[in-house]
Amino acid sequence: MKRTRKTKVRNGKLRQETKSGTQDRLAGYSEAYSQLRTQRHGREPLWMQQLREDGWARFTARGFPTTHDEDWRFTNLAPLARIPFRRAEKVEAGFLAKELEAHRLMGAACQLVFVNGHFAPELSDVASLPRGLEWCALKRAVDCGLEACAPGGIEQHLGRYADVRRDVFAALNTALWEDGAYLRIRRGVAIEHPVHLLYITAGSGDEIMTHPRTLVVAEEQSQVAIVEDYVSIGVEAGFSNAVTELVAADGAVVSHFLVERENLASFNVSTLRIEQGRASNVASHSILTGGGLVRNNVHPVLAGEGAECLINGLFVGDGHQHIDNYMLVEHARPQGASRQFYNGILAGHARGVFHGRIVVHKDAQKTDAKQTNRNLLLSDAARIDTKPQLEIHADDVKCTHGATIGQIEEEQVFYLRSRGFPEVEARNLLLYAFAAECLDRMKEPAARAFAERLIEQRLDELALAKDSAAGDAMLEEETQNREEVG
Amino acid sequence: MALLEIQDLHASVDGHEILKGLNLTVDAGEVHSIMGPNGSGKSTLAQVLARREAYQVTGGRVLYDGKDLLEMSPEVAACEGVFMAFQYPVEIPGIGNAYFLRSAMNAIRKYHGQEELDAMDFLPLYKERLKLLEMDESLMNRSVNEGFSGGEKKRNEILQLAMLEPKLAILDETDSGLDIDALRIVAQGVNSMRSKDRAFLVITHYQRLLDYIATDFVHVLVDGKIARSGGPELALELEEKGYGWAEADAQVQPA
Repeated sequence: MKRTRKTKVRNGKLRQETKSGTQDRLAGYSEAYSQLRTQRHGREPLWMQQLREDGWARFTARGFPTTHDEDWRFTNLAPLARIPFRRAEKVEAGFLAKELEAHRLMGAACQLVFVNGHFAPELSDVASLPRGLEWCALKRAVDCGLEACAPGGIEQHLGRYADVRRDVFAALNTALWEDGAYLRIRRGVAIEHPVHLLYITAGSGDEIMTHPRTLVVAEEQSQVAIVEDYVSIGVEAGFSNAVTELVAADGAVVSHFLVERENLASFNVSTLRIEQGRASNVASHSILTGGGLVRNNVHPVLAGEGAECLINGLFVGDGHQHIDNYMLVEHARPQGASRQFYNGILAGHARGVFHGRIVVHKDAQKTDAKQTNRNLLLSDAARIDTKPQLEIHADDVKCTHGATIGQIEEEQVFYLRSRGFPEVEARNLLLYAFAAECLDRMKEPAARAFAERLIEQRLDELALAKDSAAGDAMLEEETQNREEVG
Repeated sequence: MALLEIQDLHASVDGHEILKGLNLTVDAGEVHSIMGPNGSGKSTLAQVLARREAYQVTGGRVLYDGKDLLEMSPEVAACEGVFMAFQYPVEIPGIGNAYFLRSAMNAIRKYHGQEELDAMDFLPLYKERLKLLEMDESLMNRSVNEGFSGGEKKRNEILQLAMLEPKLAILDETDSGLDIDALRIVAQGVNSMRSKDRAFLVITHYQRLLDYIATDFVHVLVDGKIARSGGPELALELEEKGYGWAEADAQVQPA
């Protein structure tokens, strides 16, 4: 009896400690919320204030998810909660414009740059905007409402798609976003070159959090490619909690690229929520090479008949990187097609997650959904958790999924070596070929070239890191393949 | 000096001895055919010469062009001019045929301190050789061997041979699984590559390939050793009498 009581007391104490600890940890978020409320009060329209309040209520009620939450089973957020991130009051660009040059996308139609969550007009390039492409910094767009200076339609879309009830990070973003991009592509217009949205965290000694919010509205029959790019300048840990709502109206063709290349101390949670109209065609490409702890949520809803969606991704992790990909593809109307292809390369102690959820609603007859996740593990300590999850409520559908986990095939290495390729080159070439499968699915040439360069750089780094480690261990690894088709 | 001199070669796979004292001398310009029943060690010989690491050499030596071949890695052997046409060519998704071949040629050129080939130097030669092997130009941009039929894969091996221009070409059962047309095309490729500076080691189970490729010598491999050597007539004799004859023969002969 006595013992039991003791334990109970100890547990009670422990729980209390944890609770007060959690409160301390969330103090930074509370402070940010009240600062922001004071600053934005009276400037923001009521509907936005209401969205923020709802988001904040949701976040405070639930806090950060734990690994008991099925959607977060493989990702422990304790390291994120431990760091007292603060918001940046203004741009505070503690870097040279020169440093930015390396991060530009050649051949972009325009580039909007955000530093520590704030729009930086002096660093942006909107000099030669193509006709039919309208943009505005989101803060200004919301403040102006429908008063001419910003493209209209914002109230009708902003916050209408991101799921603050289910997703705590979307709730937190809704409560705390300070700026972001609002893009509207006019009906029937095809924008030839990609739009580059560059979100920079430059801590200059501080641990900065940002909650970038992006809204893209591609009107009927329009076409556009958007590159959303997360970069850090400096070595400080940052926390980027981004939400993008992308609306592809009937017949619109949209490519969205997410590039995560922040430093290895950074936390990045990105949520892409896509709303697809009738016969729209959306491609989501994710290139994840940076960040210490990354969560990549992609959530298209095929809300119109005959919509098509491609979800294409490549994640490359090394060291102690943790990259969690959470896909939720919702088929709501008939004749929709979705294709998911995610390739992962994991070295060192890196850990990857691929959670591929497909929901086919009752009305979504003749849905054709396919999911493929292929992973290369380059070390014994690297790890991948891959989990398909199909929920099918219609009876006339085609859904397949498959996942493989393996090493570089020694037969292929030998084949290349027998033709004269040095071993290291042979391995790099095979790694590159594996990554190139994702590149081949990118149609937009400038964005593709940009992605290609980033991937090449990352794989070269990986090869260098590998060379310095004992390369011989590779030879003894056995190939294992798990193939699953259902 | 012989191009290839194999002396008392012993080799094992997974602890099983497969080659048990093999001797063979090949001069430049010659075509040698190695025939033998399944399990006699034909493919093991090819793999050892191509330097596959899973095959352990437990005794003997191999001099290639005066150098110790057994000291070479697969890539060094390749750069020194040893080429093996694989019995089961490997598919490499994501790497285009043309890119692969040009990179291979450049790896070899780099090894010899030669300037690299650019696409302009490479393409005309590549197209010419594609024609020789009766292969479609659309193959250029397809991934290496991916989705190729068995015959296409074997032709692709000979195409690589024709491009890389090795000094010692080893054909590891290149004829197996080929229909008569593919066999003729493969043989045509090989014949066009014959030269006084190049030797061929043609490993085959059947005499059929030798109808198309004129061989200078035939060796019968039985239980890890060469049991019999002779001219092309030996292949015909084997065809007639079967491997049982050579096996029985091997048993009465002292090792």
